[in-house]
Amino acid sequence: MALRLLRGMLGLLLLAQVSVANAILTIEIIGAGEHQIPVAIVPFGGGGKLAQSIDEVVTGDLQRSGLFRLVDPMGKSPHELADVSYPDWQARGADALAIGTVTAQANGRIEARFRLLDVVKQTELVGQSVSANDDQVRAVGHRISDLIYEKLTGDKGVFSTRIAYVNRQGRKFSLIVADSDGYNEQTVLAQNEPIMSPAWSPDGSHLVYVSFETGHAVIYVQSLYTNQRMVLADFPGSNSAPVWSPDGNQLAIVLTRDGSSQIYLVRPDGNGLRRITFSGAIDTEPNFSPDGQTILFTSDRGGSPQIYSMPVAGGLEQRMTFGEGNNFSPRYSPDGKSFVYTHFINGKFYIAAQDFQNGQVEILTAGGWEKKPSFAPNGKLILFASEARGRGILATVSSDGRVQQHMFTQSGDAREPVWGPHK
Amino acid sequence: MKKLVISLVLLNLLVACASEKPKEPVAVAPAPVPVVEAPAPAPAPAPVVEVDPLNDPASILAKRSVYFPFDVSAVQENDKPIVLAHAKYLSEHPDRKVRLEGNCDERGSNEYNLGLGQRRADSVRKMLVLGGAKASQIDTVSYGEEKPRCTDHNEACWKQNRRSDIKYQ
Repeated sequence: MALRLLRGMLGLLLLAQVSVANAILTIEIIGAGEHQIPVAIVPFGGGGKLAQSIDEVVTGDLQRSGLFRLVDPMGKSPHELADVSYPDWQARGADALAIGTVTAQANGRIEARFRLLDVVKQTELVGQSVSANDDQVRAVGHRISDLIYEKLTGDKGVFSTRIAYVNRQGRKFSLIVADSDGYNEQTVLAQNEPIMSPAWSPDGSHLVYVSFETGHAVIYVQSLYTNQRMVLADFPGSNSAPVWSPDGNQLAIVLTRDGSSQIYLVRPDGNGLRRITFSGAIDTEPNFSPDGQTILFTSDRGGSPQIYSMPVAGGLEQRMTFGEGNNFSPRYSPDGKSFVYTHFINGKFYIAAQDFQNGQVEILTAGGWEKKPSFAPNGKLILFASEARGRGILATVSSDGRVQQHMFTQSGDAREPVWGPHK
Repeated sequence: MKKLVISLVLLNLLVACASEKPKEPVAVAPAPVPVVEAPAPAPAPAPVVEVDPLNDPASILAKRSVYFPFDVSAVQENDKPIVLAHAKYLSEHPDRKVRLEGNCDERGSNEYNLGLGQRRADSVRKMLVLGGAKASQIDTVSYGEEKPRCTDHNEACWKQNRRSDIKYQ
């Protein structure tokens, strides 16, 4: 665990050398989960400002998820198990209690020891020590949030994951990688030509994206560790909509070299190109099922843009969305049981989800300029591009549609977000 | 080959014209002379100037954008004369090249619009070729919705963004 955390941080550290953008982020939460778990977080003991920073990250994470109600400790501040009096917390209505201490060590590292306690059963749910370099305070906080989330909901936390998106400011485009809460922004690429469609490698080590820097749409693969990049596809016309297969052995891309936009498979080194759709229509935005066997994509072969499905090995292509309106940008849920997409009707874009088994469609958002949804790796949250106060922003919605979160970056329009994998 | 020679001659003429800019009439202080009825001066022979119609703001060739309805990529009836005029010009000027840039409004996904913009550029390319231009004179690119001319969320803006631009290289 510690090793994995360390490795993840090494990645972030290297990334930090590429460039750093300090953004003041504003986050607004709308709605609340149906069954919120009452949890008390006692401000960490040990180290003044450091403890306060970690506390802020943890409480922020848990609040934003919409799944927790934070219980006020009201003067009680135990830091060790021996100091905990369970009746105090039962009286405050908490089901769970998190306590801990954080210490700055001589070698420039910080160590946070924390325990999560079940107030009702009066038992310890988890006790762990998380350590990192002292410039990774937020990462330590996210790791603790993940442990709390996992123990109390049974689902894996996604607070330590990262997201990628494009920021547009006038003519300037930047490809950004940030923590899942939008903080800790790192600029991967900045230029005066459009950048589109970032997508993560399954191990989170690389981004693939579309850049217009040579005058037309070309697909690049870039390492987030070394910042080195290579051209994946640069054929005449547009090279776009790249996405990795879950096993990492190939990518699906869209080329117009043979006419209209069609889907191709290619190996990560750019070799082994193979065309898999032959429609003559616009076939684009491929997305692999978690088992890698099926692709969802957008096509206007039926007269309007809709979602279709096809086996990667070839075979029956099936239309998935019906009814009024246009549909775009499909993405599988991590469990493969449903997919999210952009639904356009009567001049508004919505984020929608469809269940594969019963075909039921759920509109998850109120509608507006909401585009390009992608699931968090635990399937509980969906990240998408939205608009508020005349600016493009990042937003999330819980998979049940109950809780939304708006993240305002410091400036410019946030576009094309995509959630990264677990580290 | 013959066409090439003609166009080279034309080009030379153009170069010649360009280097001999018509002189502005120089203002001369008029000497006070008695007013007499002078015969109307014979009109000076009109100078034989070959103007590249591409540079003539009154020519249809000055129109370099073709506009499309929502989610449509076929060149519309009223824009066909523009495309065909450029086709004729290109066929008569085989040394000239154009880049067709397809654009879309924001009402689609960015990737779908990249495909649609390509189709808009392609439909103009096909009509240029039908009208006599050579495929080798034409390059196409799609910007999808990435380079909007206008960024408001309304039809006045969107209709400006749904277009193919014909850009001479």
